[in-house]
Amino acid sequence: MSTILLIEQLLNGLQFGVMLFLMAAGLTLIFGVMGLINLAHGSLYMVGAFAAAGVAGLTGSFALALIASLAAAAMFGALIELTVIRRLYKRDHLDQVLATFALILVFSEGTRWAFGSFPLFLNIPDMLSGTVMLPGGIEYSLYRLTIIGIGLLVAAGLFLLISKTRVGMRIRAGENDREMISALGVDISVLYTLVFALGAALAGLSGALVGAIQSVEVGMGEPVLILAFVVIVIGGIGSIKGALAGAILVGVTDTMGRTLLPVIFGSFMDPSAATSVGSALASMLIYILMAGVLVFKPTGLFGEA
Amino acid sequence: MLRETHLNGLLMLALLIVPLAALALNEPFIITLATKVTILALAGVGLNLALGQGGLISFGHAIFFGLGGYSMGILASHAQSFTPLMEVPFLIEGTKLMPVIWIVAIAVSCLAALLVGLLSLRTSGVYFIMVTLAFGQMFYYFAISWPAYGGEDGLVIFVRNEFPGLNTLVPIQFFGLCFAVLCAVLFFVSKLNKSAFGLALSGAHFNAERAETVGIDITRVRLVAFVISAGITGLAGALFADLNRFVSPTMFSWHTSGQIMIFIILGGVARLYGPIAGAAVYIILEHYLGAFSDYWQIYLGLILLFVVLFAQGGLIGGLSKREAAHD
Repeated sequence: MSTILLIEQLLNGLQFGVMLFLMAAGLTLIFGVMGLINLAHGSLYMVGAFAAAGVAGLTGSFALALIASLAAAAMFGALIELTVIRRLYKRDHLDQVLATFALILVFSEGTRWAFGSFPLFLNIPDMLSGTVMLPGGIEYSLYRLTIIGIGLLVAAGLFLLISKTRVGMRIRAGENDREMISALGVDISVLYTLVFALGAALAGLSGALVGAIQSVEVGMGEPVLILAFVVIVIGGIGSIKGALAGAILVGVTDTMGRTLLPVIFGSFMDPSAATSVGSALASMLIYILMAGVLVFKPTGLFGEA
Repeated sequence: MLRETHLNGLLMLALLIVPLAALALNEPFIITLATKVTILALAGVGLNLALGQGGLISFGHAIFFGLGGYSMGILASHAQSFTPLMEVPFLIEGTKLMPVIWIVAIAVSCLAALLVGLLSLRTSGVYFIMVTLAFGQMFYYFAISWPAYGGEDGLVIFVRNEFPGLNTLVPIQFFGLCFAVLCAVLFFVSKLNKSAFGLALSGAHFNAERAETVGIDITRVRLVAFVISAGITGLAGALFADLNRFVSPTMFSWHTSGQIMIFIILGGVARLYGPIAGAAVYIILEHYLGAFSDYWQIYLGLILLFVVLFAQGGLIGGLSKREAAHD
């Protein structure tokens, strides 16, 4: 296996990780501030992808499609926060899980009703298609590189938002002591809607960006949602830093495992068996990673004990 | 308003009478639906032990449902092709005998639950939900990517497995068998809930600190509950596979975990007979709403949302006198 291929896979892993971060950041923020586990986060990812595919189909503009994904996901996020989610903050986790699971059913079937069962396709814009030459003679997809760039930019923006701005200060205060900040006159319910919509927008953006690489279909958000949970368990709940570290760890481990494990097994097994054992094991790798983290640090790498 | 015990009795009676009436009216499909309700209720009773009694919100019980299903699928497929399961270090052959399959299904599920439980119970609360969900997904992907037993396509078993003295191919006989298993498990769980172990388990649920102070090793109690609960759900998985004569990775999917949880919430959390009411309602909804609209899950979602937000206590809670959720 050549170094070039290896670096290419590493970048693919990074791209995957960055996407997972956009999902996990919203989830962990919502949990940190409101103490809510939101299974419907994957649905917002799907909403973003469908909004982008729909707008791109109508206008042909990818930039407009991305804006639509952010807007649609934020809008639906705010809508479900106002109608359903806000009734759940004081409930136990079981109620939260079931109510948000119910929302998934409504969203998935609603989307199937509106768009049909066939996958939609979102094309990579001409400006971003093709490859670029990276130092060291590696040819890499410009679009994937853009995703990595956007993801890292969002991560930086999120850090700034939370550590430097007034809203960020309120979010941090909300994480530490909910009652105190409402006693200090901050309208906590507006803050909650805002945080929820922000998390939703990130999920929607992530869905739209990935939608151009994969197909846009009903149920696309669910595998990503569960991976985002793995990221949060590894990184530690409520921590944006943990979400970033966990996401990149999961993205790279998964991608590299799928490339390398069949090759490693191939060195001492016959090729067809190596492929099946290797790929079966590769599909379990990140969960094994999660199990390892649970053994050594049950609160996650950046979680507080 | 009825007393809860009376309601439970009526529920079991209805579950028994409906297929008998269907037999008299020559409606075999209704018998199959009733069998499905019985088996899914069994899976729910299993999860309810961990979730209701123990407060362990496992979103990974599809693992055990699937393992039970695959125990049946793998053993029966070897028996049907007359190839041994393994020859070294010792010979294991497939089987078509239900009792053997059940024991294997329970044992495999319990073993998996021991491993998953040991890891997951290091965490609690929302972490536990996410971790069990993630492990469930691991089994799902493994079942898809492991080609030996059908991979994504699953396994078809041509003839239903045998139970000594019965002809399981006759729908009403298979229903009777499943119903008897459900009754036996309900009896076992009701005894368990009232035993010292059951009290320790709910003690650990409602006030972990106090339970620990009086000398209960809560992690161990929870682990044992998780394992028993998995064994019951695994048994249900084996029966479910036998009902359909088909196993596929869908049994491992997280929607299956969610579904089993829905039975509990529709019926009423921590009510022994709750999953039976829940599974019955679910299957009736699936059947009738499914015929009415292709998008019936929207309605299911809305109903579920309503129950969670406004009707805590579920069906049994709503229909019986307000009393504690004890049996």
